[in-house]
Amino acid sequence: MSLRLTKGGRLIDRSKPLGFRFNGQPMHGFAGDTLASALLGAGQAMVGRSFKYHRPRGIVASGVEEPNALLGLGTGARFEPDQRATTTELFEGATTTSQNHWPSLKFDVGAINDKLYRLFPAGFYYKTFMFPRFAWKHVFEPIVRQSAGLGEVPKDADVDRYEQAYGYCDVLVAGGGVAGLAAALEAGRKGQRVIVLEQTPHWGGRAMVDGGQIDGHDAADWVAAALAELKAMANVSLRNRTMVSGVFDHGYVIGYQRVGDAEPGSDKPRHRLWRIRAGQIVVASGAIERPISFAGNDLPGVMLAGAVRDYIMNWAVAPGQRLVVVTNNDDAYRTALAALDAGLEVAGVVDAREAASGPLIDAVKARGVRVYEGHGIAKVKGRAEVTGVELCRQAGEGTVVMELACDAVAMSGGWSPAVHLWSHCGGKLFWDEAAVMFRPDHARPPTGADGEAMARIVGAADGKLRLCEIMEEFGLGAVADEESAIEPVWLMPARAPDALRFKAFLDYQNDVKVSDVQLAAREGYESVEHTKRYTTLGMATDQGKLSNINGLAILSDALGRPIPATGTTTFRPPYTPISFGAITGEARGELFQPLRRTPIQGWHAARGAHWEPVGQWRRPYCYPRSGEAHGDAVKREILTTREKVGMLDASTLGKIVVKGPDAGRFLDMLYTNLMSTLPVGKCRYGLMCNENGFLMDDGVVVRLSEDSWLCHTTSGGADRIHGWMEDWLQCEWWDWKVYTANLTEQFAQVAVVGPKARAVLEKLGGMDVSKEALPFMTYVEGELGGFRARVFRISFSGELSYEIAVPTSEGLAFWEAVAEAGAEFGITPYGTEALHVMRAEKGFIMIGDETDGTVIPQDLGLGWAISKKKEDYLGKRAQQRSYMTDPDRWKLVGLETLDGSVLPDGVYAVDAGHNANGQRNVQGRVTSTYFSPTLGKGIAMGLVRRGPDRMGEVLDFPGDNGAIHKARIVDPCFYDKEGEKANV
Amino acid sequence: MLILHCPYCGVDAEESELAPGGEAHLKRFGPGSSDEDFEAYMFARKNPKGVHFERWRHAYGCGKWFLAARCTATLEVFGTYKAQNPRPHPDIVAAVKAKRPGWEGWK
Repeated sequence: MSLRLTKGGRLIDRSKPLGFRFNGQPMHGFAGDTLASALLGAGQAMVGRSFKYHRPRGIVASGVEEPNALLGLGTGARFEPDQRATTTELFEGATTTSQNHWPSLKFDVGAINDKLYRLFPAGFYYKTFMFPRFAWKHVFEPIVRQSAGLGEVPKDADVDRYEQAYGYCDVLVAGGGVAGLAAALEAGRKGQRVIVLEQTPHWGGRAMVDGGQIDGHDAADWVAAALAELKAMANVSLRNRTMVSGVFDHGYVIGYQRVGDAEPGSDKPRHRLWRIRAGQIVVASGAIERPISFAGNDLPGVMLAGAVRDYIMNWAVAPGQRLVVVTNNDDAYRTALAALDAGLEVAGVVDAREAASGPLIDAVKARGVRVYEGHGIAKVKGRAEVTGVELCRQAGEGTVVMELACDAVAMSGGWSPAVHLWSHCGGKLFWDEAAVMFRPDHARPPTGADGEAMARIVGAADGKLRLCEIMEEFGLGAVADEESAIEPVWLMPARAPDALRFKAFLDYQNDVKVSDVQLAAREGYESVEHTKRYTTLGMATDQGKLSNINGLAILSDALGRPIPATGTTTFRPPYTPISFGAITGEARGELFQPLRRTPIQGWHAARGAHWEPVGQWRRPYCYPRSGEAHGDAVKREILTTREKVGMLDASTLGKIVVKGPDAGRFLDMLYTNLMSTLPVGKCRYGLMCNENGFLMDDGVVVRLSEDSWLCHTTSGGADRIHGWMEDWLQCEWWDWKVYTANLTEQFAQVAVVGPKARAVLEKLGGMDVSKEALPFMTYVEGELGGFRARVFRISFSGELSYEIAVPTSEGLAFWEAVAEAGAEFGITPYGTEALHVMRAEKGFIMIGDETDGTVIPQDLGLGWAISKKKEDYLGKRAQQRSYMTDPDRWKLVGLETLDGSVLPDGVYAVDAGHNANGQRNVQGRVTSTYFSPTLGKGIAMGLVRRGPDRMGEVLDFPGDNGAIHKARIVDPCFYDKEGEKANV
Repeated sequence: MLILHCPYCGVDAEESELAPGGEAHLKRFGPGSSDEDFEAYMFARKNPKGVHFERWRHAYGCGKWFLAARCTATLEVFGTYKAQNPRPHPDIVAAVKAKRPGWEGWK
């Protein structure tokens, strides 16, 4: 059983005890503890159950590689699942829960899966849930969904705050161990701007535990001095609790800082995401220890040797009182020594190597510990925790030669450099046979914008596991114990039979065993990437940090080929999971995206406008009066406008001025019709197509003066169309003398619409707005009601209509003046839905409703707006293609149901016969459909094959629940076909 | 996240300031062109693994379009130049040749 030692603990402050809860049970630890060390210190060996077999699991590691100790942390709106206990700092009042069990951690119904392990081999899902086909949806999927997933999903919205920050430096050092600090000193002393990021709260890395001497000082003292020097440099910034999550193109680095994690409820942001641009990246991310594959290597109490050492020395926690160390290298002997120094018993060191010698081994032997050379663990004994191990010859098949009683096992299969950050952006690796590791190939580094190396890798991450080797690169002398060579051990014992391999775990979190990988190989999986996905090896939240190398060694062995021929899976960011909150930063709620406001926005809000998002604008959909349904408000707004007068905030309309000697020529290329011939003071409706011939925007163009035109665009299209103009002007016709300016936000625009519109404007006064002075489709500039105004006689509703543009700063005042002047005429503000219905009553198209990027103007009966005279315009060549001139194209028509009801939106008209998929053939679809208050019935527009030639035909539109809507093809203009109302 | 130098305003622009515009140095074919020429103009793109000439707009900066020579495999940037060049600038061609001796050349 694990417990807290009475002495020691480099990182804990015994004067500051902290209380926390695990599954409701009160426990306590100390300031400086992680959740993992506190749980172990409180004697809690079992912290969860495994994902697939529900086997009891304990803490294996002391860092980011921990696969088992994932806990639910917090409550309510601060609850978060899958928090790694080994990297979460303990705080007062922390509430933690274990995962993957029901009804309790000790007694779990799902543990039956462990007895049925033979039924759950690799590829279980693919093999089992294939037949019968219907069963997936009704039987298998509901069961799988019930038991799938790791941890519980939070139910409440996250109440914490997250933020993002930007950083720039010449050198970014990823990792604050001795190699990282030495690299930072080197760069800092040269005056370079340096950022050092360390994922833990502590500096110095493993050297603080493993000791040794650097430059004549104890490692810990050297680290302290290095930190002091770095902190004194103005050009160096040090950030602990900040992990480098990923390295991206051209020296872009994402850092993940835990700011307020240990202080829930404080005013600090919980996490901060750093976006850093670095000239050079120094990867000093250390190494990760590998477990050994033997039967029962996942029982609570079996831990990595380095982690055992960390818990003893950093947090004064003994994972057990009687340890067995199992290893294939000398480093694990340090754990035996640390345990002995802490007063614990070491029952023996099981060394898979036949003969190994060196100062570390001698030191352990000298303290009376027996070393079992050439031996391995056949099996770990115990149910929910370790009670002993059975030893066997490593070279054999697992015949038990003796048993050792123990309550913890420290295992070491050697160390793998943490090469992730080197590999994220293309750095390559090579297999070092002697060192038994994949290590960075300096000849093939990740490269930057200049084609040169953008990263350098140092320390253990570079495969240098000895302190002397690490410091040599920085010209520093170091002293550490000599070590003899490691020997690869991928399976223990080497010829373990099925019964043992079935319980020898590789991926603890996803319950992948040696037998699964071997089965995958037998079934023909050769690529490591395929095997990974088939067996789910390395696909858990630890992303194979613990065991991927073991797994691919097993795969290589099963396929009878060398390890480098198998290779590694791809290393992808993030290095460890980061919070969605950090990725989102402040971009949520009101700040999710910028909101564009017209100057009249506040007025609309005060009148209780119901909003509709249009691009980044919010436009009033309607203005419901108290107790009024939206549909009724729309109806009232339309009828008032048609009978009296309405007003619309049209400020969102795009307004682009095109000016210059070649402006007319340019607009003739952009629009399908002629704009160069438009007389000054006149308005013309224009269409814009892309080079594929498809209609992309429309609007009224106004000739302001001899050399300038004002192009109105759709509300959502202004920026896109301005960019489109600039593209052609800068890249194709760059010698044309044209200037464009997007003045959308410089002008407020108000539409005054309805039979009384002229009366309202006359009441405002100051300008002759009569039919004679300002006929339909003309414009005049002057003073209206005391406002500087451009008045356009244009109509999108079919009524007598004026659109008046005033400077944005005067927009609200003008709007209020119109409202006041219109009061006696019964004026109403109307919203976008009334606008849509009124335009549909007139048969006017709407970009995005009648068009979808595959519709040409000719489909919409807009041939009149396409110049026959022009040799060229954007889209003309495309519209000459045979498919575009096919008479069978779907074309715009009006649709009227036989019973006056409203057609559902987007429904298709069916045709005779079926297509190759057994679906009904189709011959058209509805593009706009509304109830028309003006006409008292449903009206619709749609695209129908040869539609205009088929007036009067009745089509079938299947709807929901087997309903068939019958609608007759009619003219798309339902209201005032002669246009008499607008032209008065 | 690329960094490209804007040859107009002189800023080393982050990719988030830029809008991509596809392959550079396309010749426009309009009315009167053959179906083959028009198809190639509209749809046929080189999409090479290696040296590529492409259009970028400094959309959230000076607003200007410029051209870049870049390796699509390593993301190495050989240079950027103004959009008013109908073919790759000789300096850029020289820079590419220096870095990629076996390069088959533009077109």
